[in-house]
Amino acid sequence: MLVHSRTGRWTAWIVFFALFLPLFALPLLVIVAASFATHWSGAFPSGPTTEHYGAAVRGESLEALTTSLVTALTASVLALAVGTWAALAASALGRRAKRLLDALFMLPVAVPSVVVGLAVLVAFSQPPMLLNGTRWIVILAHGVLVTAFAYQSVSAALARLDPAYEQAAASLGARPWLVLWRVKLPLLLPSLNAAAGLCFALSMGELSATMMLYPPDWMPLPVRVFTATDRGALFTGSAVAVVLMGSTLLVLLAVSRIRTRASYR
Amino acid sequence: MSAHSAPAAPASGIRFERVTVAYGKRGESVALDALDLTVEPGEVMALLGPSGSGKTTALRAVAGFVRPASGRVFIGDRDVTALPPHRRGIGMVVQQYALFPHLRVAQNVAFGLKAQRVPRGEIAGRVTEALEMVGMADYARRYPRELSGGQQQRVAIARALAIRPGVLLLDEPLSALDAQLRSGMLAELARLHRELPDVSILYVTHDQVEALTLADRIAVMDRARLQDCGTPQDLYRRPRTEFTASFVGNANLLPVTVGGATPGSVRFADTELTVTGVDESGHGPAPGADATLCVRPHLVGLGEGENTLRGTIAEVQWRGSTHRLFVDVAGHRVKADVRELRETPALGQPVALHFAAHDAVLLPAGTAPQATVPAATQTPAPVATSAPVPAPAPGLAAAGVAKGVAPGAGGATDG
Repeated sequence: MLVHSRTGRWTAWIVFFALFLPLFALPLLVIVAASFATHWSGAFPSGPTTEHYGAAVRGESLEALTTSLVTALTASVLALAVGTWAALAASALGRRAKRLLDALFMLPVAVPSVVVGLAVLVAFSQPPMLLNGTRWIVILAHGVLVTAFAYQSVSAALARLDPAYEQAAASLGARPWLVLWRVKLPLLLPSLNAAAGLCFALSMGELSATMMLYPPDWMPLPVRVFTATDRGALFTGSAVAVVLMGSTLLVLLAVSRIRTRASYR
Repeated sequence: MSAHSAPAAPASGIRFERVTVAYGKRGESVALDALDLTVEPGEVMALLGPSGSGKTTALRAVAGFVRPASGRVFIGDRDVTALPPHRRGIGMVVQQYALFPHLRVAQNVAFGLKAQRVPRGEIAGRVTEALEMVGMADYARRYPRELSGGQQQRVAIARALAIRPGVLLLDEPLSALDAQLRSGMLAELARLHRELPDVSILYVTHDQVEALTLADRIAVMDRARLQDCGTPQDLYRRPRTEFTASFVGNANLLPVTVGGATPGSVRFADTELTVTGVDESGHGPAPGADATLCVRPHLVGLGEGENTLRGTIAEVQWRGSTHRLFVDVAGHRVKADVRELRETPALGQPVALHFAAHDAVLLPAGTAPQATVPAATQTPAPVATSAPVPAPAPGLAAAGVAKGVAPGAGGATDG
């Protein structure tokens, strides 16, 4: 702790809560409160009910939840595979080529995601690459958006990885694929794990690109939240939002619990 | 299978044929300059030199981690210059051990065996055998992080030996260990080599004690070049360059002029000195030429003798069993290690030093090292400064040594 005096420490806590509560916690708490309300005209919501949750885990909303989970899972796996592969390839490149590849992978992050959505829509609306109207265009767009993060975190981990491990493995007679499979990837596991969680969370919350291209039978949960509130069903929207939040957190928790033996050195 | 059976690989040496390694886009920085060196089968060759001398680059060229710009590397009769590391059949141990942190000790040792597709039934036995060789069999189920530095190093050695390589590369294997552990591991390595007499060992170090203790031959490297190569005794007693003289053991290096009158007569300042065995090869320095006289501090005594130098005491260090005297002789500082003196001589006191003609070696001038203090001085021996006050601050004492030593003269550790 940097602050040593008792009063100093109390001040630090007070400042922390003064900033943290209104900025981070309160809006989320308001959503949770709204999801149980029937009216909200005064300072506090009234008429506690669980009816909205009934709607949020049935029918269209349940479908949207599975859609979101499947989309995020597939996109994350794709992004992790492509991002790791690219990061491994980039680490073997010269410095200039690597910088070019870095920039290329950062492009979807730098460009507004609406633009990415539109670009994917336009690019895949003509045969032979006709994906428009299928779920694959959503998964593809999410994959493009989150690969950047997978690439970046694996790339950073690779740069930190001591080449001595690889060299020791090679000197023991391990072919490159064995070095990758038995040494490099296990040592990268903590980073891969973190990257997977990040990709999943980003994909679960993605709205703007999805709005551009989702087909009627593949509506992810954020779109459902948006349409519900757009129609004025604020409390139902809140309940759906809480479901979105909860399911994302649950999956993240599960991912972070995966044992990573390589993380202790 | 006996616990200490010899490796299955045929005895194979290492041969460098004019191996040059260069870094940078146009190869502008040369890390290894046309190295010619042969390590005989079963031999321990130490590559000794300061950091940046190219010794590690040479080892990495054998391992296959750097590609020579020119020249060829042979392991046994095989030209391995273009082979990837995993096909070279070497064992390697590096300074930081590089044990796989996610694998247990036994899995670490088994890694090489699995990679080389040793039959599954044979692996467990060979893992145990390798771990027993280094006394680590009881730790097979531990993770590397649960072991001390010395234990990790043993496991790293076991891992390298488990694949029964013909060639073992050791890259500063002891430099991460503390001094006491280091001498224990030195003895252990010597024992391992006695048990595995067919394994050729290339041992990279900047520590002359390790090289002198372990090596059958020492290759002295400096500035990307091989400076000298020979048995430890040969290099210590008859160094051929000033660099070798100062890096292998400790040396007084005095600039002299070769005299014309009698063979072996040289002139240092105003003093006439004699050196025997100068013209053994028949082409020593010509009369009138400049040369460097090398004599080891422990061969210099107090009082007059065959060759006498007169000067004044500049510094005295007590080293337990010996006193090291720093004596200013005609502007040069001469070191003498003498048996512990009853009375510490006073600073500024005039003294006479002597050495025998057959203990001195005449070297060609201008073969001095570039670095003023060799890397070996990084571990100074416990010393005390001149005053009879016991144990002054060690930091100060060490600083005093570094300053007191004449440029190019070796560090604190004498042979």
